Amino acid sequence: MKREYVYRAFERFWHWMQALLIFFLALTGFEIHGSIHFFGFEQAVTLHNGAATMFLILIAFAIFWHLTTGEWRQYIPTAKNLRAQVEYYIFGIFRNAPHPTKKTVLSKLNPLQKIVYAALKILVIPVMVVSGLLYMFYRYPQKHGIESLNISGLETIALLHTAGAFFLIAFVVVHLYLITTGQSLTSNLKAMITGYEELESEHTPEQPSEPLAGEQTV
Amino acid sequence: MKKIFLLLTVFTLAVILSIGSLTKKNTEAAPVAELKEKYSKPQKPSADHSKFIQLKKKFTAPEQVTEACISCHTERHKEVMKSSHWNWEREEYIEGRGIRYVGKKNILNNFCIGISSNEQSCNKCHIGYGWGDAKFNFNDSSRVDCLACHDNSNAYIKQSAGAGMPDPSVNLSYVAQHVGKPLRTNCGTCHFFSGGGNNVKHGDLESALFDPSRDVDVHMAGNGVNLQCVDCHTAEKHQMLGKMYSVSSMNRNRSTCEQCHGELPHKSDVINEHTIKVACQTCHIPEYAKVNSTKMYWDWSTAGKLKNGEPYEETDSLDNDVYMSIKGSFYWERNVKPEYIWFNGTASHYLMGDSIKGNGPVQMNTLYGDYNDPEAKIIPVKIHRANQIYDPVYKTLIQPHTYGAKKGEGAFWQDFNWKTSAASGMKAVNLPFSGKYDFIQTEMYWPVNHMVSPKEKAVQCNECHTRENSRIGNLRDFYMPGRDSNAAIEWFGIGAIVISLVGISVHGTMRIVMKKKNRKEKNS
Repeated sequence: MKREYVYRAFERFWHWMQALLIFFLALTGFEIHGSIHFFGFEQAVTLHNGAATMFLILIAFAIFWHLTTGEWRQYIPTAKNLRAQVEYYIFGIFRNAPHPTKKTVLSKLNPLQKIVYAALKILVIPVMVVSGLLYMFYRYPQKHGIESLNISGLETIALLHTAGAFFLIAFVVVHLYLITTGQSLTSNLKAMITGYEELESEHTPEQPSEPLAGEQTV
Repeated sequence: MKKIFLLLTVFTLAVILSIGSLTKKNTEAAPVAELKEKYSKPQKPSADHSKFIQLKKKFTAPEQVTEACISCHTERHKEVMKSSHWNWEREEYIEGRGIRYVGKKNILNNFCIGISSNEQSCNKCHIGYGWGDAKFNFNDSSRVDCLACHDNSNAYIKQSAGAGMPDPSVNLSYVAQHVGKPLRTNCGTCHFFSGGGNNVKHGDLESALFDPSRDVDVHMAGNGVNLQCVDCHTAEKHQMLGKMYSVSSMNRNRSTCEQCHGELPHKSDVINEHTIKVACQTCHIPEYAKVNSTKMYWDWSTAGKLKNGEPYEETDSLDNDVYMSIKGSFYWERNVKPEYIWFNGTASHYLMGDSIKGNGPVQMNTLYGDYNDPEAKIIPVKIHRANQIYDPVYKTLIQPHTYGAKKGEGAFWQDFNWKTSAASGMKAVNLPFSGKYDFIQTEMYWPVNHMVSPKEKAVQCNECHTRENSRIGNLRDFYMPGRDSNAAIEWFGIGAIVISLVGISVHGTMRIVMKKKNRKEKNS
């Protein structure tokens, strides 16, 4: 085992800032949606729009960081070990089996994470951003000088935005739980806070653990 | 892959930039401070009419005053005689009906119903002298009543049931020497008391506006800008801006808030965005009839009960009539939350003789508009409901003959006989009457435009953007955040969260159980 610097300062800042913003956007967003009452509708709208602007800035920096550092490659989905990873969460984890994918600085995401995070980045977040921007800036056709955006109503935009919000909350629930599935219960959390994590030496050959005999995978 | 990300970055930036530049606004509203300065300066008239020799004489008839006016203002009477104040009708295009000449002259309402056969009483508020029956000469300029609108002495009153003639007690010379630009007292004398009493009809126009507090009307308050009616209802050649959709139909000649405040008067973009679909009045008049009650329901069917052979009246604790033998029963309300409708500025009307379809409520006027109409905005309205007389055989509303000076001529207020009243009234409007009558529910829409509250008292976001009891809960043809949701998305969304929670709970519990089990097996 070796103590490695896995998550760099910006990455950690980005991650926690994103966490905070998503939490705050969900809180204010569901107030605008009418599900909860906390700040009051007017304030909820102001805060939600403010947080959304911050999120946009954060996203712009994050895209820049991922491109310049080449870290975006971490998210390229792969089918390799995917099945093993699913089987690990369904069976292996209960019998103390080793993680099927070795975490390294150059490959810190397991195949399931790669797929889920890639989907978040190229599907869910863009849908939320675009629908959110339209939500904020939509105008009824051709009034007050916004002639290029002909949107006759909020319904589609709002429903898409709401559906995305529900999905993100479901994601956060599972994400928070999966923190506990690292080397130890808290190793993932510690790593995302300090940046350092105890990793198995990189030269250790990656060995997907085979499901035990007599067990069928789903 | 790199290319895709680059493209994505460029795209995101392009979206942000284009939205930024697309929403730039070039319409700037006149700051309220400037308006306040402009309108709070007292107007000084250019002439003192008390110094005019033409007016320094004893007038024995009001027509002589009019002639004196015309002797200097040689063309003004022609302008007046083209106005709706004089003609009580306008040329209007009514959707589905074509061009019609409509107005108080021939449109029925669901208050005192109509002027025909009742001119002697109703036409007290006509700006003319002597319109007592259908034979009035609209081309006789000596009959123009200049004083009704231009008296600044507050000493001019019209005679009750005098067909527009001044009360005999009025000193015409004094009044003629104290004329000027119309004041709230001039307009209010008729417009505040229409329908037979204070605030009966409009709900937002009543005697409290002679001297309102800021809370009652921010524009007319004496300690504010103290606007007169004609400051907004400006006139060009005696053609006033503004009209009521009880008698008019076209989207023209309206007096609007935007005249002074511009189209985007708020500091907040989100609020300005509302002005595309929401009229100013909707948020800025949270309630009407703020001081005195307004009539909400009028049931003519109970009229005619007598006590010892005499008509009588009953009032409630606020001194509102709740029953009158001559008019029936009423329901009044104070501090009323308006109802809300889409309105594009065009309206239709029940025109005399129209046949009634169904069992009501008959729409006395229909205001058009819906969400998808780019001209339409949500406006506040007072909906006055009534139960009024109609002919169940011919299926028409009846113009009853109500006012009369003598018994036995068919006037309901004298004889309390609906049959003779209906016959006499319908004869006056040249429509057939079957001899049978009944009562039918009617509805009439009155846009609420006055009694604008100070901005601190404007309707708050959550009064509409709420799931329960939204002010505009009846307007369901669009999606509104905070009020609306899609059942399928709510179920799937909440379902996904619940499944996630159940999933991690089961998974977590199994991990704990298995860990213990594994440890046991290891130990054994």
